[in-house]
Amino acid sequence: MPFQIGIVGVGYAGFDSMTPGLSTRELMFEAATRAYEDAGIDPRKDVQSFVCCTEDFWEGISITDEYMPDQLGAVLRPLCTISSDGIIGLATACMHIMSGIADVAVVESHSKISDVVNPDEIASFAYDPVYTHHHFDADPRFLAGMEMARYLKETGTKREYCAQVAVKNKKNALSNPRGVHGANIDKGIVMNSQVAASPLTELESSKGIDASIVFVLASAQKARKLGDHTVWIKGIGWSSDTPVVEDRDLARAEYVEQAAGRAYKMANIRSPASYLDLAEVDDTYSYKELQSLEALKLATKGKAGKMVDAGAFDIDGRLPVNASGGSLGVGHLLEATGLHRTLEAVMQLRGQAGRLQVPSAKRALVQSWRGIPTATGAVAVLGN
Amino acid sequence: MLESPKELSFEASKMALDSAGLTLKDIQSVVSGSAPDAFDGVHMKGEYYLDGMGAIGKPHERVYVGGGTGVFTPIGGWWNVASGMYDTVLCVAEEKMSPLHPHPQYAFWSIFDQILERPLGTTLLWIFSLEMRRYMHKYGIKEEEIAEVAVKNKGNAIDHPSAQLGAKITVNDVMNSEPICSPVKRLDVSPPSDGAAAVVLVSEKVAKKLTDEPVWLDGVGWTLDSTHWTNRDLAYPEYVEKAAKMAYKMAGIKNPRKEIDIAEPYDPFDYKELHHLEGLQLAGKGEAPKMTVDGVTQRDGDLPVCPSGGLLGVGNPIAAAGMMKICELFWQLRGEAGKRQVKKDARTGVAQAWGDLMQVGTVAVMRS
Amino acid sequence: MSQKITSYPGHEITSDELKEGKYLDIQYKFVPRYSWAAGVAISRFLDELKEGRIVARKCSQCERILVPPRMYCEQCYRPTDAWVQVRDTGTVNTFSISHVGTDARRLKTPILVAVVDIDGASPGMGILHNLGEVEPASIRIGMKVQAVWKQPSERQGAITDIRYFRPIEA
Repeated sequence: MPFQIGIVGVGYAGFDSMTPGLSTRELMFEAATRAYEDAGIDPRKDVQSFVCCTEDFWEGISITDEYMPDQLGAVLRPLCTISSDGIIGLATACMHIMSGIADVAVVESHSKISDVVNPDEIASFAYDPVYTHHHFDADPRFLAGMEMARYLKETGTKREYCAQVAVKNKKNALSNPRGVHGANIDKGIVMNSQVAASPLTELESSKGIDASIVFVLASAQKARKLGDHTVWIKGIGWSSDTPVVEDRDLARAEYVEQAAGRAYKMANIRSPASYLDLAEVDDTYSYKELQSLEALKLATKGKAGKMVDAGAFDIDGRLPVNASGGSLGVGHLLEATGLHRTLEAVMQLRGQAGRLQVPSAKRALVQSWRGIPTATGAVAVLGN
Repeated sequence: MLESPKELSFEASKMALDSAGLTLKDIQSVVSGSAPDAFDGVHMKGEYYLDGMGAIGKPHERVYVGGGTGVFTPIGGWWNVASGMYDTVLCVAEEKMSPLHPHPQYAFWSIFDQILERPLGTTLLWIFSLEMRRYMHKYGIKEEEIAEVAVKNKGNAIDHPSAQLGAKITVNDVMNSEPICSPVKRLDVSPPSDGAAAVVLVSEKVAKKLTDEPVWLDGVGWTLDSTHWTNRDLAYPEYVEKAAKMAYKMAGIKNPRKEIDIAEPYDPFDYKELHHLEGLQLAGKGEAPKMTVDGVTQRDGDLPVCPSGGLLGVGNPIAAAGMMKICELFWQLRGEAGKRQVKKDARTGVAQAWGDLMQVGTVAVMRS
Repeated sequence: MSQKITSYPGHEITSDELKEGKYLDIQYKFVPRYSWAAGVAISRFLDELKEGRIVARKCSQCERILVPPRMYCEQCYRPTDAWVQVRDTGTVNTFSISHVGTDARRLKTPILVAVVDIDGASPGMGILHNLGEVEPASIRIGMKVQAVWKQPSERQGAITDIRYFRPIEA
């Protein structure tokens, strides 16, 4: 029997640089209320598992799950934190449904980055405390600069192609009501913007925004009873490369290759490039989109840059990639980034993407990365 | 411990793999557990330690429900297998509390509400002592009865090779130990510790190939109560009851007191063992102290409780401590616990952990 | 550990050995900093504390009056409906005498801690606070207490605008 879990409801709140009027919990309540309304469920009766994807230091709270149940309707219910990206949260909810302990499961993740005063310092404390962090007092994105340099060198990709990723995504975001960092700019402006970690520039580096995103998942049987706009998860995979930065092949995203391999196998996909109608992939930094597309086998090794420059990944291109504007155009959402990409893909597959709508979109891929300095990512294949 | 979090994880993972007769390449996915990143001062700790757990190139998820994480880590392994996603899962719980100075307790300040509670100078000990007082008040329990748990568990721990505080003590020793946060006294509390523990979970078909005497994880349950702990009845852990009922239903247990032979409830404080026995439906409300005083929960009793020595005796490396209980049940149910082996023929056991703001129950039922 | 595992790996070390420099270590200070948005409910709660009042939110479905206030009822899962001023008196639900501070250091004068169920809110709606003007030995569960406020000019819109709760005559 083919794998399928239904996405029967989505809701979100925020998508702003700052949300000073609402606490994290109030932001979550708004997002969850909309998701439950969208799915037509009552969380106090109909949900058997709740999963939140958070990291303590992004919240400023040790043991963040303490502050999650009330606003999700999860009091005295199974709720847990997965300290990871939202797509791994979706995978967890899928496993809860497949193992028979839940018909309906809820996944939440959020970013309240505007509450964090020194995010760069926090990010830098994710490096190995002895070998790496202790020796470098640099902007934590130094690793992104190193990866980008290796990627450009090994694939022979032109520098300006990375800039084109930022141009495309920021332009797409102008048509997205959730887009905070949309802009109409050219490659020259991108490449001449302030250097973040050479060769990476500031306009190629996504900026954090606030939002909470909630998904309601259901078993196939239950999903058929819950309305008519179900989008199906057909395959899902996640993987981690070594945490030892020095040991990695910095030019490649091996974790994406592995995660995609698992997701494609589940969904029984042999040639993803021809199978898919659109993709929302990691673009935390410009080069990441190209590196990820190659790892996902949506572009031949070393060819993604040329393709993006030729417009192959534009909304009207051969395979629209980050039609939403991605993280560069919409904004970065910490551990909720994977849910953001999934949200945009679900809107497309439901035909609710407005000016961004990819005509007759039926099959989508979403992929996320947990950010510097990790090599952990997840992939999901969605379809109508 | 001298070992780093990665090294602690490696040692435990290796022992678990050796015990199962497997190597890392037989493992399809890894589930890890560890409590606050604040202990290590490492952000995204789950990413940092994953190579120590053999998770490179594998699907890895870090599950996290505060102090409940230890028993929740194999529950995470359970859904990896029960969903049909993976056949072989390595579950590792690690905790290194010692890096935080001046004292690991400081990490717990940041579990409290940042606006309404932290400005009051909160410590984790407050919430325990407030709960202990309420429990004693509601059921008329004496501190001396509660102290019996510390005496039992520290005594049991003498036989555990990795025990930190195994000792022969008396109720008087507990009563006369220095008051920390009254009614909590020094010997009512488990220590901060470093450690790791691991188990391998496999699907039924793989298990039958590997061994003639597997231990089955037959029921799992978990529940979170409201954030607003000051709005709750602290005398009874309803979240443990709900989690236990979920696990018992899955395991087909109708009368837990009759069907469960052995229990490893979470005992970071002595009264907590009693509280949790009641939540687990192994004692009536307010009746666990009497059971303890009567010797029912001794290793040779009718319901041995924390034969390992528990957190009070073995130590409390938070997530690893919960997993240590799973390991203890594995050995007890296979009759391999050596000097710690309980007298009765134990076939069904329950392990439980607790966490957060008096809020989380995680429960696992195991059978041989 | 068991009959089959007779020794366990790992090296125990003592804090004295670390202090003597027997093992290498690195020391650093990690100071994450935050500026939390208090949100709709708690912002109002803090504003009212500054005025010397305690406010709650009422859910008109379950009719509970909730302290601390929240904009949603976690039982009914719906928005709460109205602000209600409750009293600054209450009952000690449980208490503790803390001899240690947040970093486990011994305190010279113990802190008296209690959950105080607030009068005018639904039964069992308590808040965490300190007790004062009372001998530790005479604190009892069920004792009636009242908030002792800071001077209006000293209040900052914080939970510490209440200095502590002190016993009142029944």
